[in-house]
Parts: sequence; C-alpha cells; structure tokens
Amino acid sequence: MGNEAQTPDAAASVDFQEVQQTAQFQELRKRHRSFVFPMAIAFLLWYFAYVLLADYAVGFMSTKLWGNINVGLVLGLLQFVSTFGITAWYVHYSNRKLDPIAAEIRNEIEGHEFDKGSAVRGATK
Amino acid sequence: MSAMVPMVNVAALKDTTLLNMGIFALFVLVTMVIVFRASRNNKTAADYYAAGRSFTGSQNGTAIAGDYLSAASFLGITGAIAVNGYDGFLYSIGFLVAWLVALLLVAELLRNTGKFTMADVLSFRLRQRPVRIAAALSTLAVCFFYLLAQMAGAGSLISLLLGISDWGGQALVIVVVGALMIMYVLIGGMKGTTWVQIIKAVLLICGAAVMTFWVLSIYGFNLSNLLGAAADSAKNPNVLNPGLQYGKTETSKLDFLSLGLALVLGTAALPHVLMRFYTVPTAKEARKSVVWSIWLIGLFYLFTLVLGYGAAALVGADTIKSAPGGVNSAAPLLAFHLGGPLLLGFISAVAFATILAVVAGLTITAAASFAHDIYANVISKGKADAGTEVKVARRTVVVIGVLAILGGIFANGQNVAFLVALAFAVAASANLPTIVYSLFWKKFTTQGATWSMYGGLAAAVILIALSPVVSGAKTSMIPGANFAIFPLSNPGIVSIPLAFLLGWLGTMLDKRREDAAKQAEMEVRSLTGIGAEKAVNH
Repeated sequence: MGNEAQTPDAAASVDFQEVQQTAQFQELRKRHRSFVFPMAIAFLLWYFAYVLLADYAVGFMSTKLWGNINVGLVLGLLQFVSTFGITAWYVHYSNRKLDPIAAEIRNEIEGHEFDKGSAVRGATK
Repeated sequence: MSAMVPMVNVAALKDTTLLNMGIFALFVLVTMVIVFRASRNNKTAADYYAAGRSFTGSQNGTAIAGDYLSAASFLGITGAIAVNGYDGFLYSIGFLVAWLVALLLVAELLRNTGKFTMADVLSFRLRQRPVRIAAALSTLAVCFFYLLAQMAGAGSLISLLLGISDWGGQALVIVVVGALMIMYVLIGGMKGTTWVQIIKAVLLICGAAVMTFWVLSIYGFNLSNLLGAAADSAKNPNVLNPGLQYGKTETSKLDFLSLGLALVLGTAALPHVLMRFYTVPTAKEARKSVVWSIWLIGLFYLFTLVLGYGAAALVGADTIKSAPGGVNSAAPLLAFHLGGPLLLGFISAVAFATILAVVAGLTITAAASFAHDIYANVISKGKADAGTEVKVARRTVVVIGVLAILGGIFANGQNVAFLVALAFAVAASANLPTIVYSLFWKKFTTQGATWSMYGGLAAAVILIALSPVVSGAKTSMIPGANFAIFPLSNPGIVSIPLAFLLGWLGTMLDKRREDAAKQAEMEVRSLTGIGAEKAVNH
C-alpha cells in the first residue's frame, strides 16, 4: 500500500542525459517511434477518408452490395476490423521489440550504472 | 413480425415505475456494500486517487470501458441511429477509432511519467505553476461539459420512466442521483469508484448483448432484413445511407467533419480516462487495460448498431421522438417492446447506474485535479501533507456534485451523445496538443503549452457559446435569443488545429529554453518506466 509512482531511491542520482545518449536508448526510441508514428498517420488517414466519403460521396456509400448492406456499412465495419487489427499488432510488436530493451535499460539504471559521478560511468556504452 | 410483441404504449410505462425503482435500489445497495468494503484501506493520496495502483490490466480495462460507455454511448448513440440512421453510426466509429490514439501515443508513456493527474505529465519538464494551473483549468472545463451530458441523460431517462416532464420533479430526481454519486466518491475514493465502474460495465455490456441477440433473432439473424425493416418503418430508404442528418447543406457537411475530428482526437485527452491509467502498477498493465477496453468498447458499439436500427424498426422514429426524453429514450423503449416491464426495469437501472458511475468517475478526476494540482502544488506550493490534500479533494467532491446537479437541470432535452461530443472537442483542443508535444517534441516550451491550452480551451468554449447549440435555433439551450455567429455546432475543426498551431508558435517565439536534463529524464522515464515500474516491488 501507499506506493508512489515515482520512487526517488532508484532514480534520484541518475544522469538521465547520459542514459538518453546511449545507443541502447536511442534504439528503443527509434523502434517506438518508427512503429507508432507511421501507424498513427495511417489509421488517421483511413478514418478521415471514411468520414469524407460519408460526407461528400453519399451516392457511392449508398451503393447496395448484398440485400440492404451498402458500401457505407461495410466501410464502417472495416473501421472496427482495422482498429482491432492495429491493437493486436501493436501489442505483439511491443512485447517482442520494446519491452525487452526497456527492461534492460531499467536494470542498468537500477544497477547504478548511470549515477552522477559514478566510477562505472559509461561502462556499458 | 412485430405483431408477435405488443406495440409500445408509452403511457403504460408509468405502471412499471415501482419495479424500475426496485431494481435500481438493489443495484445501489449492492454497490454501496462493495464500496464500503473497498474503502477500508483508503489511507494515502495514492489510495484515494489511484486506488493504491492495485488494479490489474483487465480489471482496469473493464473499468475504463465502464467510464467510457456512458449514457452518451448507450442512450445517445442508439437514439441517434434510430432517428438519424447511418449518421448516428459515426459516433460509434469515432469513439472507437479514437482509442488507437490513446493506445499508441499516450497511455503507457503517461503512466510512466505521472503520478495522479494529467497535469503531472504536462508540467514534468516545463515550469510547474503556469502549466499546472492551465492543465487543471482545462480538466475542470472538460469534466464540467461531460457532467452536463450525463445529467441531461439522467433527466431524459427520468422523464421517460416516471412520465415527469415538469422541472420540479426532474430536478428532485437529479438531486437524488447527484447525492448518491457524492456518497460513492466520498466514501470509496478511486477504489470504490473503480469497482462501481467494473460492475456497471459488465451489466451494461450483458444487457446490450441480450437485447442485440433478441433483435437479431426477430429478423432471423440477418442484418440485411433488420436494415430493410428499419427503412420500411421509417418509410425512407435513406436511413441506411449517410447524409440524413448532416448532408442537408454545405455547413452541415462541414459540421460532420468537425464532429469526426473531435471524436477521434478527444478520447486520448479526456482527463477522467487518463487518470484511470494510474490505477495500474505498470505501463505493461496500462497497455493491457487499453487493449481490454478496445475489445469491450468495440463489441458494445457493434451492439448499438443493431439496437439503433432495431429501435427504428420495432418502435419507430416518430414514437421515439414524441416520447418524454425524446431521442435518448430509444434504448429503453426498445427494451420495453422486447421484454416488457422487466427488461425495461433492468435496462433503465443499468442506464441509471451508468450515469451514476460515470458522474462519480468525472467527479473524482475533477476533485483530484483541484486538490493535487491547484491546492497542493500551487496554493500551498507543495508543502501540504497528503492528508490535507485528500481532505481538500473530498470537499471539492461536494462542490462539484452540487454544480453537476445544477448544470443537469439546465442541459435537459439535448441528445447526450451530441453533448459529450462537445466535451470531446474541448478536450482535444485544450489538452491533446500539449500532451503530444510534451511527450514527443524536445523543443516544446512552457509558453507553447500555455498558449496551446488556454488558446484551445478559449476557442472551443467561445465557439460553442456562439454556435447554434446555445442560441438561434429551435433546439438551442436559449431558444429565445440569437447570437449564433459561428455556424457549426461542433467547434473541433477550428479549435483543434488552432491549438496545435498555438503550441508550435508559442514555442518558436519563446526566448526561454527548458531544462535539457528534465527533458532527458522525462523521455527516459516515459519509454523505460524507470521509477514508475519499481513501485510494484514494494
């Protein structure tokens, strides 16, 4: 009980700028951004394409495909499918590519490898 | 087909009042017991605001779904689809897709950097005071708009169930709902509130699932038949096509786009959703919560499509619109049509519970923001002890509860999904640019943050005040007056880009540089979870 989010003990004396400069952290940052940025742009474009079609291409969206099921409904349901798909993909990616490297860096920081003025400074670079 | 079930007689609903109240009272009783039990170890601020960070990802994910699937989702979207057809479906899609912004860009990084509130993250590497005050003000503004929507939903539901259409009667029940909510939050804190959300989410999703299955079974599990019946009942094949509500003029088309923008960018900036990420111990659990909530919320929105068209086919748009409570009464009327008084009682109790739980979640967020950001960090400059802070939070709960009750009496009659969309627009304008910039843009400065937050907040609120929502139209809050110089009813398309622009401009024109060490610390913490992750082992 009563655990605070930021426990000062492990991280108080850490030189975060040094951690930020390590190749390992730069790799983590790159992996994170190279996944989330393109993915965010992709789903936003797909979502707005859908909104614009529903807004300005009513004739196309009203085209019946099977019975009373029209293009608009199918594209709408595909938004659900893509949301579920991207979610599953991201979880898979971060379990494999992000979590292990983040845990490694965390262990090194907690092992006082990046403490300010520490003798082991730079040992893992 | 519909001859098998009795036609909906709105007047007959009054006879079921006692039953409805009985089911609702049972829910209140059960949840109160749970809240009491859960609150026994509420000692520290972390216990009160963040439930001791003791929830698992799946529990928190269910609670997030509970927070998110508000009266707007259940009553509002079902009603919007029943009356406006396809255009109502946009709410479902926007509300769901928006979760990807939260999942990819915000949830885990925020969990790793903050403590209790959104302002913790935004002020991490900027100057504390100005950023905290701005973030707390926008939190309070978003919570207020969201509360209005929930209270309007309560008003609709009550007028339908009790047949009360006079202000006095409705106001009385809103007071009761508000008082109950204050009790939950005062006693239970975040832990009690979270349990209420979990129970309510399970009941709501199960109730919607049963109704969906029932409606589909009437149409032989053929979606096409259901859609056909909805079009026949409306005597208008266009209910299946986009544009019925928003396709009338060029202005209304622009309004649709504005709504779409606000929906998709609002979620990841809603303070009460952001605060939920602090109730789990690690970023990995935060990720798991979002994944859980995406599945639950997605499933629920698929149900609302069937329920909305089902209400259109079986109850009829005209009956819905003329019932007390108007558009928001589609789901309860459908329940009555399908399962008679018993199902109506259950669904109404769930809808009441939904409102109660969401209002509680909003209230604790607003109270935490005031006590933690404004009182503890600004007024007493970090010298207040945690006990006093929690005391201030509890007092704030009472004040906000009273404001919510008063606001609810005013906001009656509007579609609640529409009102919530306004809260989304305010959140997306005031909060999202600063959240994204401070997490991802190294050069971002305090001036950029304050310009973006105040600019976005002011633009959104002023444009709403000058829009047809407030005056100049038959459905306005003040129908007698006309000062609607802004033609769109959702401000997102102007205020969101403006807030992003102001954040960039404020930073570029800022002569001060922010502390590079703090920036490094925030980036390392946000990606690795150092410090935050450690808490589990204690």
